[in-house]
Amino acid sequence: MAGQHIVASFDEELGQIDRLIRDMGDLAQAMVTAATQSLLDNDVPLAQRVISDDVVMDARQRELDERAIALIAKRQPMAQDLRAVVGAIRMASDLERIGDLAKNISKRVSAVGSGAMQRKLSHSIDTMAQLVRAQLAGVIDNYVARNPQALITLRADDENIDVQYTAVFRELLTYMMEDPRNITACTHLLFCAKNLERIGDHATNIAENAYYVMVGRQLPLHRPKLDETSISARPA
Amino acid sequence: MTHNQETDTAAMNMSTSQFIEDQVTGSSRQLNEMKTRVTARDVNVFYGAKQALFDVSVNVPDKSVIAFIGPSGCGKSTFLRCLNRMNDTIEGCRVEGEIRLDGQDVYDPKIDVVELRARVGMVFQKPNPFPKSIFENVAYGPKIHGLASNKTDLEEIVVTSLKKASLFEEVKDRLHEPGTGLSGGQQQRLCIARAIAVSPEVILMDEPCSALDPIATAKIEELIDELRANFTIAIVTHSMQQAARVSQRTAFFHLGVLVEEGPTEQIFTAPSDKRTQDYVTGRFG
Repeated sequence: MAGQHIVASFDEELGQIDRLIRDMGDLAQAMVTAATQSLLDNDVPLAQRVISDDVVMDARQRELDERAIALIAKRQPMAQDLRAVVGAIRMASDLERIGDLAKNISKRVSAVGSGAMQRKLSHSIDTMAQLVRAQLAGVIDNYVARNPQALITLRADDENIDVQYTAVFRELLTYMMEDPRNITACTHLLFCAKNLERIGDHATNIAENAYYVMVGRQLPLHRPKLDETSISARPA
Repeated sequence: MTHNQETDTAAMNMSTSQFIEDQVTGSSRQLNEMKTRVTARDVNVFYGAKQALFDVSVNVPDKSVIAFIGPSGCGKSTFLRCLNRMNDTIEGCRVEGEIRLDGQDVYDPKIDVVELRARVGMVFQKPNPFPKSIFENVAYGPKIHGLASNKTDLEEIVVTSLKKASLFEEVKDRLHEPGTGLSGGQQQRLCIARAIAVSPEVILMDEPCSALDPIATAKIEELIDELRANFTIAIVTHSMQQAARVSQRTAFFHLGVLVEEGPTEQIFTAPSDKRTQDYVTGRFG
């Protein structure tokens, strides 16, 4: 959004929308971090905070929608301004969904339970949670820093999360087979892992939108698949 | 993921990319097949010692609308007026370079300028009907160009032209009342009817809606869209939204230079030149 508009209030309005996206991005990161932490530490008060943060997230998204629609009606933005506004609406909706998914994880904290065994089980999603947090942080940081090239790499990195999700799935399945008493906790954890995987997908959407906002071209429909490259690299 | 799933996904990716490729080559083929009606090459225009246009080259495809946009004094109207030699009437105006209509040099000394202006009609910013009846306004051109052999022919041309200009229904009961008695929007449509009565190939419009209210503007825009089926249209407009709505291609002029020309959608969503970006987003005027 470089350069000044002739109408200064247009710059202000675009700036407000951009600030809201940054705020929502920060909040989404904080919520995902707190949600996974509350799960690992069985910290119910922390989980409760994530649930109440979601109300703030929803309010921000509504505010952004209203501002974006008002701006379109008043200014009829063109070119990079149009992309910025439409992109912001889409990114806000992904960030709002990330908030919902973090909330869903937090809601399961008490259901997973606080016994020693449950804590051990929770740690099976630790690696995956770290990947998701890093992915989300990378996408938000590179949107704020206006770095489209890094977004292409990050978008491809979502594959790692998917691989990790499959690993978590298998691991939890093994625990359930070992001892049926693990089933309740593991089933809840499976849902949490699924939520984390979805958060990764929304981060990918944000990366794609942010790239379009900055560059004006859509990224190719299909991102390169890691498993496919491994197949072609294998000797015949 | 099982092996089967992998091959399925790979096959799906393949067919999708093939599909996209087909779409892309299909549309570029369509573009190549589109006939060029007007070609301008290295056009320079001088008003006395002052140069108004610098090396402007552009192709206007047949049966489509091209919009010329840019800040005041950027040369867009000057360029438009080159296309039917309206600049000949301005003293001290000199045009260099080449402009071809259907391959024929517009500035060829042998060309009949009156005949050229019948082939390249023009509609101006302010509606300027002749101080005559509605019928006479439209009939004048066909009469002087000898396009009608008798009264019935002439009447038919007038009615058809008024219909094409979406004005007939509003004026059919008062064809012999003065054209100046119509509303601004109707007068502008009368001018368009007058322009198309001589069956031009190209219609030039110099800010045709800037003196009209939003409803009359919408009617003219709707009309432009209909006329595109039979005519090639070049329009100068100060309204970026109007350019985005009515044209298929857009050319951006700045300080006498054609900065960027391309598909309208691209110019208004992702222009490639910084100056175009700044102009269409309202960063300078």
